[in-house]
Amino acid sequence: MFKILSKEELSPNVYAMTIEAPRVAKKAQPGQFIILRIDEEGERVPLTIADFDREKGTILLVFQTIGASTMELAALNEGDELMDFVGPLGTPSEISKMDGTVVVVGGGIGVAPTYPIARAMKEAGNKVIAIMGAKTKDILIMEEQMKAVTDEILVTTDDGSRGIKGFVTYAVQALVDRGENIAQITAIGPCIMMKSVADATRDLGIKTVVSLNPIMVDGTGMCGGCRVTVGGETKFACVDGPEFDGHQVDFQGLMSRQRMYRDLEAEEKDHVCRIGLGRK
Amino acid sequence: MALSLKKHEMPVQDPAVRAHNFDEVALGYDEETAVAEAERCLHCKKPMCRQGCPVSIDIPSFIEKIKERDFDGALAKIKESNGLPAICGRVCPQETQCEQKCILAHKGEAVAIGRLERFVADRGLAKNEEVQPVKAADDAQKVAIIGSGPSGLSCAGDLAKKGYKVTVFEALHKAGGVLSYGIPEFRLPKDAVVQKEIDNIRKLGVEFQMDAVAGRLFTVDELMQDEGYDAVFIGTGAGLPRFQNIPGENLNGVYSANEFLTRCNLMKAYDFPNAVTPIKVGKRVAVVGGGNVAMDAARTALRLGAESVTIVYRRSEAELPARKEEVEHAKEEGIAFQLLTNPVEVLGDENGWVKELRCIRMELGEPDASGRRRPVPIEGSEFTEPMDTVIIAIGTGANPIISRTTPGLATTKRGYIEADEESGQTSKEGVFAGGDIVTGAATVILAMGAGRKAAAAIDAYLQEKKNKH
Repeated sequence: MFKILSKEELSPNVYAMTIEAPRVAKKAQPGQFIILRIDEEGERVPLTIADFDREKGTILLVFQTIGASTMELAALNEGDELMDFVGPLGTPSEISKMDGTVVVVGGGIGVAPTYPIARAMKEAGNKVIAIMGAKTKDILIMEEQMKAVTDEILVTTDDGSRGIKGFVTYAVQALVDRGENIAQITAIGPCIMMKSVADATRDLGIKTVVSLNPIMVDGTGMCGGCRVTVGGETKFACVDGPEFDGHQVDFQGLMSRQRMYRDLEAEEKDHVCRIGLGRK
Repeated sequence: MALSLKKHEMPVQDPAVRAHNFDEVALGYDEETAVAEAERCLHCKKPMCRQGCPVSIDIPSFIEKIKERDFDGALAKIKESNGLPAICGRVCPQETQCEQKCILAHKGEAVAIGRLERFVADRGLAKNEEVQPVKAADDAQKVAIIGSGPSGLSCAGDLAKKGYKVTVFEALHKAGGVLSYGIPEFRLPKDAVVQKEIDNIRKLGVEFQMDAVAGRLFTVDELMQDEGYDAVFIGTGAGLPRFQNIPGENLNGVYSANEFLTRCNLMKAYDFPNAVTPIKVGKRVAVVGGGNVAMDAARTALRLGAESVTIVYRRSEAELPARKEEVEHAKEEGIAFQLLTNPVEVLGDENGWVKELRCIRMELGEPDASGRRRPVPIEGSEFTEPMDTVIIAIGTGANPIISRTTPGLATTKRGYIEADEESGQTSKEGVFAGGDIVTGAATVILAMGAGRKAAAAIDAYLQEKKNKH
């Protein structure tokens, strides 16, 4: 069993949880993910690692309540335990001293997984700039942490309540316009955001890495549910990724596959059991 | 009494009923039938059946015990060579192994060795047979087994019996490998059979660690250098699903058989929403492929409520790689077969869902490298049928995680681990491998045989290592 050491609501429906998982923490690297299962009947839920502390033996998760399982997870509290916690999964981010500035772009809760990447890139001797996007200022997360591991942060909000009004791509453009020599961009967030960033950087010739979050079951290469077309080839996000060259990813296909169970789960969410069956 | 040329029939659930439930299809012999079937054994001086068994069970002796109604004795005899008899009695292809060699098979039907094995094993499980734990000495050498499928379990059981400290590392949250995630409940019950037999291996003194992904949580080198394991056995199976690489394969509603079966067997999606994992089956289902996995997927789809399920296979009935019994069971339940047919494209609707499957008719040409006649497309014979779900069951390949993270471990071009056929010895000292990760996808019993051979080789290796010190 894996104990929840702390839980914090970062913004409405967005939670941070610290999980005691010393063996996973020992091996975790930026860019990797874990799969958890709450209980015996639970789904296998993949979540990207937002931070790890090898000494304390902990993994930080940041998640949004979207489906039944994330809602159930959010209902747990400090001291509760998770039945399964598997990881670290996926191929780690490539971290090295680059020939130019490293930019991490996080949208919504996608900010969280960019944090360990930014930190590692900084430790590798790079100039690191973080672009953090949110709908509005109140739901911006991890700003202080991000400040501590980067040279500069640029905030964008859709409503202009903080920083640049508009999307994260506006901030990317602002960096380009001021002549920033960008060696690589890592963009993590909703598919449509990652697609927009990749579209914006394609013509500029800036290497753009994205981290994909398709539907998956086992996370070890066995089910093929997470397959995604990259450069015309079928790849498994769980073992070949989750990071891929953003200019090669078929985002349309990915977004379509992510909707696979939406109707089924929506029906279930609205369904009220009248005969006393159903889950707790 | 004249010897019957026919086996005693296996009682089965009525096809019309079983097509709508997940209960086991074959119900098993009762005591009288088992004894009567055992009476058919001629007790040949040179029992060929035993040579046909990949784990060399002393078949004539266990059948003799059944005749004597010493069922505990019969089980003990089997367990000398096979730690998972209730599983093997169900899923072994006896017709190409022990029973094929049976002398009676020349004139009529072989002795029903598999059904007899299942009978004594089930009897043992039903009364919670006692397993004598083997206490490993404090200074016993340590062996790590990677993967808790058939090869890993048999290797672990044999080594524990020899007094080694054995730890099995499993990537999923449940032990059993393909026995748990792949083979459906109606062919191999999970709680009543698989987990009980695994518990018997556990009772021997084997430690199991779930959620432990080798190559990620630890490497093979770390097991040996940092965690003090003296030998490692890799039995990770061939789990990477293959696709046909035809247009439309990434549409919603296209599953690999692995994903479809894992959702249903391991994650219990048939019990959605009580179990949280969803599955979508639709009304019309095509299953591409002709092996046991294809039959399992087709029959599972039917039980999940599909109105029509069709096996699409590019060769003819004679070449179907599935067991004959499985094909017959599938037909009885109403699975349709489109033989000499190959999909060329999956067509989708405007929302990215499967709408139709486009296929081409095939004919058999000259034999290929496998000796089977090669299917050749018949030009201009394409046709399209409406489908909601397409399940791809055309085989699996080697998972790359361990080979990518283990320097010095030689693999074949296709990613399988190179290992000696007799010993399982790999290119790395102290590291052995067996089962599908060496041979490519095969059967439960061949993997178990490889696990046993590797256990013997690991024992010899560790004895020698100990004597050197």
